[in-house]
Amino acid sequence: MPRVLLIEDDPSVREGVELGLRRRGHDVRAAATGETGLAALAEFRPDLLLLDLMLPGMNGVQVCRQVREHSQLPIIMLTARSDDFDVVIGLEAGADDYIVKPARPEVIEARIRAVLRRIEDSGPGRPAIEVYGELTIDRGGLTVTKAGRPVALAPSELRLLLHLSAAPEQVFSRQQLLEHVWDHSYHADARLVDACVARLRGKIEDEVGSPRYVQTLRGFGYRFGPL
Amino acid sequence: MTIGLRIGPARRRKDAGQEAGQGAAATDNRSRIRAFGLRTRLLLAFLLVAGVSAGTTSALTYREARTALLETAQDTAVTSFRDHAQQTAFSLPLQRGAALEDVLRDIARKGKPHPWVVFAEYGSVRASSGENPVSTVITPELRRAARANPHGSFERVVKDGVPYLTIAMPMVFKTSPYSVLPSGLVLYAVMRLTDEQVNVDALLVAARNGALPGLAVALVPGLIAARSVLRPVRKLHEAARSMGSGRLDTRIPVRGSDELADLARTFNESAGQLERSVRELREAEERARRFASDVSHELRTPLAGMLAVTEVLDEDADGLDADTARAVRLVSAETGKLAVLVEDLMEISRFDARAAELNADEVDVAETIRKTLQNRRWTDDRVRTDLPDGIRARLDPRRFDVVIANLVGNALRHGGTPVTVRLRTEERTPGTAVLITEVMDSGPGIRPESLPHIFDRFYKADAARTRSAGSGLGLAITLENVRLHGGTIRAGNRPEGGAVFTVGIPLHAEETGG
Repeated sequence: MPRVLLIEDDPSVREGVELGLRRRGHDVRAAATGETGLAALAEFRPDLLLLDLMLPGMNGVQVCRQVREHSQLPIIMLTARSDDFDVVIGLEAGADDYIVKPARPEVIEARIRAVLRRIEDSGPGRPAIEVYGELTIDRGGLTVTKAGRPVALAPSELRLLLHLSAAPEQVFSRQQLLEHVWDHSYHADARLVDACVARLRGKIEDEVGSPRYVQTLRGFGYRFGPL
Repeated sequence: MTIGLRIGPARRRKDAGQEAGQGAAATDNRSRIRAFGLRTRLLLAFLLVAGVSAGTTSALTYREARTALLETAQDTAVTSFRDHAQQTAFSLPLQRGAALEDVLRDIARKGKPHPWVVFAEYGSVRASSGENPVSTVITPELRRAARANPHGSFERVVKDGVPYLTIAMPMVFKTSPYSVLPSGLVLYAVMRLTDEQVNVDALLVAARNGALPGLAVALVPGLIAARSVLRPVRKLHEAARSMGSGRLDTRIPVRGSDELADLARTFNESAGQLERSVRELREAEERARRFASDVSHELRTPLAGMLAVTEVLDEDADGLDADTARAVRLVSAETGKLAVLVEDLMEISRFDARAAELNADEVDVAETIRKTLQNRRWTDDRVRTDLPDGIRARLDPRRFDVVIANLVGNALRHGGTPVTVRLRTEERTPGTAVLITEVMDSGPGIRPESLPHIFDRFYKADAARTRSAGSGLGLAITLENVRLHGGTIRAGNRPEGGAVFTVGIPLHAEETGG
C-alpha cells in the first residue's frame, strides 16, 4: 500500500484524513506545517504528497514549488474552495491534482489511486522507443529525453504526453483528457488540463509561445504534432 | 389670467400621463416638442404684457396728440373766422352779385391756419368765394346748429377721404349788450385739414414703429427669464434621471436663493437620505451574505474531519450494541447530508456574491448529458433520452452537469418514471439559436400554486414532506447555473401529465467556430 505524507494544519482534518486513509491500508505520516512536512520527506520517502494549500508560515504553493525543484513526487492538493485562485497557482507550481474539502476517504483514495496507477502499455506491436523531432519517448522505461538530455516530468505531465503521443495528430477534448489522463469525470475542472499542458510545454517546447509538440485547437482541445 | 388658464389643461395632461405609467423616455421625447412648455408660456406672457403696455401707451398718446393737433387747428380757424365775419359789413337785404363775392373772397384770403372757401346763405341767396355757390361738404346738421346757436358752430367732416373743417357763423344784430337778433345771413367756411391729417398719420406710424421694436425687445428678457427658469428645471430633470438609473450620489449645484434653489436643496437632501438608506440596506445585505458564507466556511473544517471518519463509524457499527450502532449510523448519515447542505450553501453564497465563474468550454452537448447520466448510474430504463448528436455548444461542463443532474434527480425523486431528457436547438429570433434541454417526468405534475415558487430556496412543494433527500437548494442552484450561462429555465406541466423543466441556453456558434 502507498505511503502518503499528509501536510495539514487543522488537527481535526489531519486526524480524520489520517484515520480514514490508514483504515484503508495506507501508510500515512501527518505533518502540521510545511516545514516539518519537507523535513519528513527524506526520511519517510512517501509515494505521494497530500498537501493543504492554506498553511501557516510556508504555504502549500511554496511547499509544492520546493518539492518540484528536485523531485517528481506525485502531489495532490487539498483545498477549501475549487474556484479559488490558489488552485490555479498550485497547479502551475506543479501539483498533479486537487481535492476539495470536505471529502470522503473513498474520494481521496480514488484520487490517490488515479495519480499512482501504473501507466498501461500502449499495446503490442508498438516500438518501446519513439522519436519525434528532438524528443525521444521511451514507453517501456517511462523516460523522455530532449536532444539527448533527460526531461524530468511529473506523473500527470508524463501521462499526458504519453496519451497524446500515442495517437499523433489526433485531437483530444479537454473532457476526454480529464477522463483518460486524470481518471476524473467528464465534468471535472478543465483547468487541470490547461495547467498541465502549460507545465509540459515549459519543459519540452523550444518556444512556449508557438508550441510544436503539444498544439492547441481552439474550441476542440489538444493534439500531439504534426511536427 | 390667460397664463393661468393655459397652465390648467397642460398640468392635467401631464398627470394623466403619469397615471398611465408612461416610460421616462416617452416623457422626455414629449418635453422636447411640447407646444405649451414652460419656455413658450413664459415667452407668450412676456409678449402679452409688452404688447398690452405698448399698445395702450401708443393708443393713448396717439389720441391725445391727435386731439391737441386738431383742436388747435379748429380753434384758430373758428376764432379767426368769427373775427373776420364780424369785421365785415354786409348791407341787408343781401343782393347776389360781384360785390358780395368780392367781400367773401376778401374773407377767404384771410383764412387761418389754412385758406378756406367762404359761403354765404341768406334766404334764397347763395354765394361763395369759390366756383360753386353751394358747398357739398356742409351738412344739414351744421345748418340746423347755425340757426340754433348765434355764436357759431363747427363740424369735422370727411368727404371722399379728405378731412374738412366746416364752420357756420350766423350774422346777428346786437340789440343790447346781452341779446342779439339773427339777421338771416349765415356765413360758412370750409377748410381742408390735409396737413393735420398728414401729421396725425405720421403720429400713427410713429406709434406703431415704436411699439413693434418694443415687442421684439421684450422677447429678450422673456428668453432670459425662460432660460433662468428652464436651466435649473433641466438640471433637476437630468439629476432625477441619473438617480433613477442608480447613480445615487447625484447632486445638483444650488445657486441663488429663489424657489428653484430651494427645490434643488430639497432634492439634494432627499437624494442624500436615499443614498444613506440604500447604503445601509446594502451593508446589511452584504453582512447577511458574508455571514452565510462565513458560517458555511466555518462548518467545513469540522465537517472535513467528521466526513473522513464516517466510514470508520459505518464499518465498526456492526460490532456495537444495537442502540450505539443506530446512533453511530445516524451520525454518519447526517454528517453526509450536512456536508451536501454546506456545499450547496457555499455555492449559493458564491452566486449571491457574484463570485461564481463560468469556465466555458466547447463541448458535444449530447455526450455531456450522457456522461452526467452515466456518472449517476441512471442508465437503466428509468431515464429515456432523445439526444441528437452533433450539437456543440459553449458550456461550463461542471455547471451544466449540475443542472442536468439536479433536474433528473428531482424528477426521479418527486415525479414518476420514466424520466425523459430531450435535447434540441431552436431559432427564437433569426440568428440567435437557443439550446433547449427538456426534462420530463411521468408523475402527477407540479401543483399550480407551487409553480411560481418552485425555484425558491428551501421551498417544499409538498408540505407534508418536512425534509427531502436533497438540500432544498437544488433547483435554486440550477436556476443560478442556467442564468450564469445567460439562459432561462421554466417549470410547467405537460397536457398529457407530468412535470416538465425547460432549459434554454443561447448558442454562440459563430463565436466559437474558429
